[in-house]
Amino acid sequence: MVGAGGVATPAGHAPDRFFKYWLIIPAIFLLLLVGLFPLIYSLVVSFQNITMMEVDTSFSGFIHYAQLFKDARLWQALFHTLLITVIALPLELVLGLLMAQLFLERMPGRQIFVSLLVLPTVISPIVAGATWRLMFDNRYGPINQIIGWFAGEPMTILWTVNPSLVYPSIFICEVWQWTPFMFLILLAALSNVDKSLTEAAEIDGAGYWRIFFRIVLPSIWPVMAIAILIRGLDLVRIFDVIWALTQGGPGTMTETISIYTYVQGFQQFETSYTAAIAFLVIALLTVIVTWAIRRMGLAK
Amino acid sequence: MTPHAPFLRRPGTQLTLRYIVAIALTLFFIFPVYWLFIISFKTPDEIFAFPPVWYPESIQFANYRVLFKDGDAETVWNSLILAGVSTVIAMVLGTICAYSLVRFKTGGENLAVWIISQRMMPPIAIAFPIFLLYVFFGWVDSFHGLIILYTAFSLPYVIWMMRGYIEDLPLELEESALVDGCTRWEVLWKVVFPMVRSGLFATAVFTFVFAWNDFLFALVLTRTEVITYTVQVTHYFGGQSNFWAKIAAMSVLGTIPVFFTVATLQRYLVRGISMGAVKG
Repeated sequence: MVGAGGVATPAGHAPDRFFKYWLIIPAIFLLLLVGLFPLIYSLVVSFQNITMMEVDTSFSGFIHYAQLFKDARLWQALFHTLLITVIALPLELVLGLLMAQLFLERMPGRQIFVSLLVLPTVISPIVAGATWRLMFDNRYGPINQIIGWFAGEPMTILWTVNPSLVYPSIFICEVWQWTPFMFLILLAALSNVDKSLTEAAEIDGAGYWRIFFRIVLPSIWPVMAIAILIRGLDLVRIFDVIWALTQGGPGTMTETISIYTYVQGFQQFETSYTAAIAFLVIALLTVIVTWAIRRMGLAK
Repeated sequence: MTPHAPFLRRPGTQLTLRYIVAIALTLFFIFPVYWLFIISFKTPDEIFAFPPVWYPESIQFANYRVLFKDGDAETVWNSLILAGVSTVIAMVLGTICAYSLVRFKTGGENLAVWIISQRMMPPIAIAFPIFLLYVFFGWVDSFHGLIILYTAFSLPYVIWMMRGYIEDLPLELEESALVDGCTRWEVLWKVVFPMVRSGLFATAVFTFVFAWNDFLFALVLTRTEVITYTVQVTHYFGGQSNFWAKIAAMSVLGTIPVFFTVATLQRYLVRGISMGAVKG
């Protein structure tokens, strides 16, 4: 006799029918708590009018959603988030790929290099931000000191304060922490590329770039796509590093959507309005993420 | 290639060049970590020396002693409890769920997509409604409140990873155990769990590290009692920079366990961080 899952089941085990559901119920319950509850609760609260001053739970219509469209700071925050993502992600990807190429061929001591290179990736992002805060310090930090050696005079560059340098500071910290992530995954992917294919192409006289785009890239793409997806979604949610480096400043120059939501909810106490933002963000990302996961066949 | 090949094409030259680039890269990626560690061992005079001191005269632990004396180091203990307990619960619940998804195709592909999509949600959008809920329950600044949230947030990762490991298992052992009269639960505990134990171990370590490294949930849902080391680090961020020693020492206390655990896991590292995309 064959059970529901294709596993042979001895006769007389009727309760087995529900076994598969017993297994998933506790996990699904908890997932609904973080997956469905916030969405529904945000929706409910966003139609009320709760702030630090008053708690008005009567239906207040779409005023908060109308406010979303007029909120220039929100759109700026979305723009900053997008900006960080579209610049940091390709940087990490390309640098990671170049590093993977460098370490692809055998060289004595490679494992030691790789072990050291991955350390930034496993550090807590808030600690990474704190570390770079110490590195960037205008007077006691080593960065200005090193630049000073090349410039021939002492430098006091205000990395995390100067409007034209805050984004480069964030990119340096981000790229430092996450390029090793890309590197590690791409190194594994490149090592799995079928050598006989590239060698055959080489004998046929194909050049380096032709081999890369026709053979290597297609075979590492499934893995690369997932690395891009993981990192891309991490960047869209970016909070810790910016919190440590600039707290969204100077002014609101580096405020991302996560920072803005935090400020509205936990510093301005605009409860209902924050709920509207949270709903918007969750709804938007659910659509994008579900599409991306299906598109990449990640669930197969 | 012959020794008469152009200088840059010679194998020896190429290897040397690769080593030079490799060492330069490694220095760039390691130096900030070195700087963080070294500040934590410096005296105040050395920290605020201009130009900066590149290595301390002697290693001294005064910066750490202060953290233990003031009780700030207890936040590392809080992180340990929160990350440890939530990891154990998430591993048990996530693994049995993954087993159901793999062996019985429960919920089909839709359920699997939904589960993994929960991993991608922005923490702040989740933290805010959860915060309102916890205010209502009186769970803000409690261990169980944060443990429940960490567990729930870890579950997609655990389910995802364990799904991959369970798929790799052969069916025959489970079948013969059933024929021998084991119940479904016994099969799970006596056959499946022991067989995936290396996968369980690797997944648990990454789950632990993610919870250990969390900042946002702890920032939003703790006040004074359950503060984690990540939140404690930011408490030293005030305007004056004389908290540098504390920032560094606290960060190092929180980072050493991660380095240590990951070092033992080299073999599973790629599979772990790529969410199973690369099977090592």
